[in-house]
Amino acid sequence: QDCFGRPIASAPDAWFDVVERHSNDGNKTLQRTTKTSKCLNLGSYNYLGFAAADEYCTPRVIESLKKYSASTCSARVDGGNTKLHTELEELVARFVGKPAAILFGMGYVTNSAIIPILIGKGGLIVSDSLNHISIVNGARGSGATVRVFQHNNPAHLEDVLREQIAGGQPRTHRPWKKIIVIVEGIYSMEGELCNLPEIMAVCKKYKAYTYLDEAHSIGAVGKTGRGVCELLGVDPADVDIMMGTFTKSFGSCGGYIAASKEIIHHLKHACPAHIYATSMSPPAVQQVISAIKVVLGEDGSNRGAKKLAQIRENSNFFRSELQKMGFEVLGDNDSPVMPIMLYNPAKIPAFSRECLRQNVAVVTVAFPATPLLLARARICISASQSREDLIKGLEVISKVGDLIGIKYFPVEQEKVASVDKLKKLE
Amino acid sequence: MDMALPIVNATTAALARVSAAFNAPLARAVVFGVHIDGHLVVEGLLIAVIVFQLSRKSYKPPKKPLSEKEVDELCDEWEPEPLCPPVKERSHIDPAILESAAGPHTTIEGKEVVNFASANYLGLIGNEKLIDSCVGSLEKYGVGSCGPRGFYGTIDVHLDCEAKIANFLGTPDSILYSYGISTIFSVIPAFCKKGDIIVADEGVHWAVQNGLYLSRSTVVYFKHNDMASLASTLEKLTRGNKRTEKIRRYIVVESIYQNSGQIAPLDEIVKLKEKYLFRVILEESHSFGVLGKSGRGLAEHYGVPIDKIDIITAGMGNALATDGGFCTGSARVVDHQRLSSAGYVFSASLPPYLASAAVSAVNYLEENPSVLANLRSNVALLHTGLSDTPGLEISSHVLSPIVFLKLKKSTGSLATDLDLLETIAEQVSSDGL
Repeated sequence: QDCFGRPIASAPDAWFDVVERHSNDGNKTLQRTTKTSKCLNLGSYNYLGFAAADEYCTPRVIESLKKYSASTCSARVDGGNTKLHTELEELVARFVGKPAAILFGMGYVTNSAIIPILIGKGGLIVSDSLNHISIVNGARGSGATVRVFQHNNPAHLEDVLREQIAGGQPRTHRPWKKIIVIVEGIYSMEGELCNLPEIMAVCKKYKAYTYLDEAHSIGAVGKTGRGVCELLGVDPADVDIMMGTFTKSFGSCGGYIAASKEIIHHLKHACPAHIYATSMSPPAVQQVISAIKVVLGEDGSNRGAKKLAQIRENSNFFRSELQKMGFEVLGDNDSPVMPIMLYNPAKIPAFSRECLRQNVAVVTVAFPATPLLLARARICISASQSREDLIKGLEVISKVGDLIGIKYFPVEQEKVASVDKLKKLE
Repeated sequence: MDMALPIVNATTAALARVSAAFNAPLARAVVFGVHIDGHLVVEGLLIAVIVFQLSRKSYKPPKKPLSEKEVDELCDEWEPEPLCPPVKERSHIDPAILESAAGPHTTIEGKEVVNFASANYLGLIGNEKLIDSCVGSLEKYGVGSCGPRGFYGTIDVHLDCEAKIANFLGTPDSILYSYGISTIFSVIPAFCKKGDIIVADEGVHWAVQNGLYLSRSTVVYFKHNDMASLASTLEKLTRGNKRTEKIRRYIVVESIYQNSGQIAPLDEIVKLKEKYLFRVILEESHSFGVLGKSGRGLAEHYGVPIDKIDIITAGMGNALATDGGFCTGSARVVDHQRLSSAGYVFSASLPPYLASAAVSAVNYLEENPSVLANLRSNVALLHTGLSDTPGLEISSHVLSPIVFLKLKKSTGSLATDLDLLETIAEQVSSDGL
């Protein structure tokens, strides 16, 4: 119980204050105390380090707050559309490489509300088996038939597509109206990148539309932060619809969809989340605008490039060190999300509490987000963490790992030597 | 096999005639001996026919799976529909682009207009205290919260806000959601599962309908804001149906309907609920901070004790001038949502500055209940002012801050109605509204 929902008392930056909680009834209810402890943050989605007050973004955000006030109190079509919103839509479209974009106030709602508009009864959705629940909800809510293909397996996707196109709709065997294939850029529970070039080739061959959910990868991977398409060399014009959120890399909240002008025009007039829901809060919009400008380098400094290089270096360093220590770490290189397998559900609270005691805050994930026996601890690397922070984190995790016994792989002999060497270098 | 029967029947009939013709002269002659002989012949022939039919293989159309080449051809031939329908001829009005805060006066394209479109009921947009608390939060916490509530996304302002709202309304606890409409369509599926019965008003807005659809329960609609219809629906469902006593039953209503501006009569609903043993889910987005002597919502307006309503949800994007939503009820109701509500567990939490804005908004409301009197007099003024406009009539409740103007005479088709309303809106906006 006390491993989840830990309140924090400061910004979710590299180091933050975790509020201590104590319980009188065996962890059934937890009361806050006023004590806080400063911990290394290895759990928040703060990939580019925009979570805390930033020297470029925050003054502009405060200015926009004073000008436009905290919320617009109305839907986009009624009166919630400000200049900031239109500016951000154009900026996002330019950043991602598509002609047009549309904004939403929340990432979860984006998926759940868009998919039913694009496809309905008589259509087919083929989605990856490990897709996020917002996609699953949206697919279920659309009324189309849903088929799942094995995670990141283009061969199986091809089999499923062939079988479905040849078979047609269930029971009537009429041809499908359209087929959409939904994949994610980085899967948040595995840390793996999606096998995009091959999946795109399969979809093009069978004339299926593609929907790419870049919630974790936009801004975090790719040479200029443009996401999985840039990293894997796929032309954004090939992907029909690109979706992303601003919560993770840009330190704000909200989601967007980028696609061709006709699709966006259609969505603007048909999507209920756009017509009925309050529009994005203006300071949040301003934060994203400033963050994207920093990443693109348009603010006049090269902080954006530095941040991107930092996060890539950090993730690769951390992952290789963990693997050398003997942990089982999932995920591809360059991905800032790395799960450490725990397998045994009993080790979850042990790992979490031990790390907290040594002032490292980690996130542990269990059922229902992952299968019952595949529990893991998930590390999210941030560009605002320095080398010393990472080394300290590594030490703590290594000690705790020894204590709990999760080093499933044989340790390399030069493990002790390499950590010492690194310390000497710093 | 099914072809065998008619043949058998025909054969039997023929044999019967033959044997009758055969036996007839002999039957009268000798009683038992020849009879048995004739019978034996008939029966022998019958058995032979049956055995013959059964031994024939039944005819089934052969099942040939499609060959690779055929699958290839089908895949090549198949053409999908375009991803989105082509743009319609009728041009829609593009939404106006605001250039300043959406307060009572705002600027559009350089002109200053009076704002009747934002749901800024208490006038809290631009309120100094709100903005100060937001600035403080921004400098301390940054903009976003970077994580779901379970993974370090819970910031102490969230907990403060939840406690404040629970205190204000008089309920044990409350839970915050990060987006207004996601509140209701996460709460409903968290409590109503497949096989439950929900009785909902016809005029609930899209988010509620989405929640009802996602919950996969049986939904029965009653006529909009019509208590007699509700009573008869409840009666029909519970009378004589033993199954309904064992499953969970809910009534879903909104306090002020977003689509029509009517107010739901809560006291009658509570009476019906107690009579038929249903649970009430009340959606208070437009009445929280508006109705009731101190703004506590529909329950205070009707004088119903707050613990009679099982679940109250509201979006804070209206009266409280922030974003997000909350849900309150008994302690168990709130606790259950922390683990099983999709929009809470799997989604990033509310940005901290919005939570602190909510806290200051509720504080302001507690300290200055006179804003409610202002709001009410404004609404009354608008009603009296607009009620004698030629061709339009006001179709919403007298107390509702959302005012709906309906065409008195419909032109008979939806398209021309919409065109007419659009021209009115355009005309009005060019006049400074």
